[in-house]
Amino acid sequence: MKMTAAEALVKCLKEQGVDVVFGYPGGNILPVYDAMCESSDIRHVLVRHEQGAVHAADGYARVTGRVGVCMATSGPGATNLVTGIANAYMDSIPMVVITGQVPTTMVGTDAFQEVDITGITIPITKHNYLVKDPRKVPLIVKQAFHIASTGRPGPVLIDLPKNVLQAEISFEETGDLKLLGYKPTYRGHKSQVNMASELIMQARRPLIYCGGGIHASNASDTLIRFAETLSAPVTCTLMGLGAIPGGHDLSLGMLGLHGAKYANLAVTECDVLIALGVRFDDRVAVDFSSFAPNAKVIHVDIDPAEIGKNVRVDIPIVGDVKMVMEAMLEKLEEKSCDEWLAQVAEWKKTYPLHYKAGAGLKPQAVIEAVRELTDGDAVIVTDVGQHQMWAAQYYKTKKPRTFISSGGLGTMGYGLPAAVGAKVGAPDREVVLITGDGSFQMCMQEFGTAVEQGLPVKVIILNNHSLGMVRQLQEFYCNRRYMAVNFQKNPDFVKFAGVYDALGLRISDAGQLHSVLEQALGHDGPVIVDCIIEKDENVYPMVLAGQPLSQPIEG
Amino acid sequence: MRHILAVLVENNPGVLTRVAGLFSRRGYNIDSLTVGRTENSRISRMTIVVSGDDQVLEQVTKQLHKLVDVIKINDITSDQYVDRELVLIKVGADPSVRAEIMQIVDIFRARIVDIGRKTLMIECTGDEGKINAVIESLMPFGIKELVRTGKVAMLRGHKFTSINDNREDD
Repeated sequence: MKMTAAEALVKCLKEQGVDVVFGYPGGNILPVYDAMCESSDIRHVLVRHEQGAVHAADGYARVTGRVGVCMATSGPGATNLVTGIANAYMDSIPMVVITGQVPTTMVGTDAFQEVDITGITIPITKHNYLVKDPRKVPLIVKQAFHIASTGRPGPVLIDLPKNVLQAEISFEETGDLKLLGYKPTYRGHKSQVNMASELIMQARRPLIYCGGGIHASNASDTLIRFAETLSAPVTCTLMGLGAIPGGHDLSLGMLGLHGAKYANLAVTECDVLIALGVRFDDRVAVDFSSFAPNAKVIHVDIDPAEIGKNVRVDIPIVGDVKMVMEAMLEKLEEKSCDEWLAQVAEWKKTYPLHYKAGAGLKPQAVIEAVRELTDGDAVIVTDVGQHQMWAAQYYKTKKPRTFISSGGLGTMGYGLPAAVGAKVGAPDREVVLITGDGSFQMCMQEFGTAVEQGLPVKVIILNNHSLGMVRQLQEFYCNRRYMAVNFQKNPDFVKFAGVYDALGLRISDAGQLHSVLEQALGHDGPVIVDCIIEKDENVYPMVLAGQPLSQPIEG
Repeated sequence: MRHILAVLVENNPGVLTRVAGLFSRRGYNIDSLTVGRTENSRISRMTIVVSGDDQVLEQVTKQLHKLVDVIKINDITSDQYVDRELVLIKVGADPSVRAEIMQIVDIFRARIVDIGRKTLMIECTGDEGKINAVIESLMPFGIKELVRTGKVAMLRGHKFTSINDNREDD
């Protein structure tokens, strides 16, 4: 079948089951948009800035588990994607990024809107392609989706010069993927699995520490069965929240720098640490050498390079976390750890997450109210900062793939476009963005996208007129010498919603909290709720630099 | 400790950038890197000499494996292997010292590959120690120009680094 490479690209996207593309057009990507014009099967979401497209594709991928697709033109279009690609790479989110490029005859001449995007993105993509032969488009698209979605997921970029897109090719089925150097390991090594199972059966104080890998391998049900079989408490990383319901008896919520003290105490006191789909990030372990000092560590991950990278491991298992847990469950018998669970329960009672109620509006109370009104069932999207930690601590997410947050890169501005993508991916679910006035202003232009696309995203701004997390750092690490953290001029976010003909609401005292949130959640359209919170509220617990995980400041 | 890695890669544009970039990005030190096609034109072979303790080597290997273009990695350091470098040296050579230089060339079983009015160009292959010794011996005559390839290496005997297997079926 004769067609242009651009048409072949669109055809391949459809074959991959792509039904939505987040993008922004431009000169060199024009042939692709032209080819999409003919096709009504793919919904194109026009964003306001390319960064919005890539974060939206990321949010879409996190909620659906499918590969997110975004598109931009060459040069500035492509560079505007860079932050979002890095964000997806750090959090292992499957994504295919398509960029236009100047014609191959112009490549290397510093042509208008030319940038070496494959060179720029080598360190932040799982793989990338500069396509020079139009006949290879079908094979490369197939490879890209395969690489993005298998093994440890991640973003793959395809850079397409304009003349390549315009060239006519005869479309043939590609068959073999032809990837000699790419073979992820899914099944855990049998003897390692046996050793791990034996160790777990001997454990008196087992603890499960799980992360984003649980979502990537859709292993939440298996995890719950695994934890219940062992009577082992479960603590999640930010990326892992929702792997086990936040209200489950065995759930200890989040660990790490701003984790619950009882979770960090459990890490410190456990005798076997079962690490599932995690990477011992520095926000979690804080100090690598003193992390889980009393434990034998079992580390299961699909990426061999994560095992032994930061922390010594006693039993490494490379494999898909779900398949490895299933293999272990065949060996494991039900056990009880009554003494240990009683100890953990006592810690939970003694050191609960708490905040001081005051006259003003407390951000934690806002999160708790959202939790109550949505029954913990909403898709919570966050930005980055204090609000993110409060959401992680207090929302107690119930289900997998419903806590959408920039974990590894910590990208302020991620939230709103990710919420747009999440709502496109899960139109029937309540999508609530918890953000701050700093983060929101980094990508607030995407509110226009939400309104235009008819996406009833509920935006809750915890507004302290400052960069709260940085302010908190300056309070602890710079002797309260505050520098560049206060916004002298914020826009009126209620009016901002108004200029897009959307609903804007404000909560300035605790008494209005429930009624206004109810109104926002009940509204059939995008809403911004501007919550004026106490300015000097801090995120606690907080493990100070150089301090052990088990001794946080509790506020 | 220095390790020699034999790395088979897909012969795609940019593969050298990917490998070299990985080393600098993650803070590993490359002592030398050579690359060329193998008997299969789709596949190139890199010989990478890298310094680091066992933990660094483990990370280097694992991170290299994550590159989609990398097909196979063999750390051949602990096995029996043959390694070679090639060097071209242009050395100052007045007629008065030519005989002496030619003697040195003979001793090292090197070769003279070009003669200028006042210079000789010498080619020498061998392991790193021999190449260093040749260079040192010629130093007194004044080295005008020098280029060396970096190491290529291959396992001795029936073991080999190929895309199919490490060992011959015998």
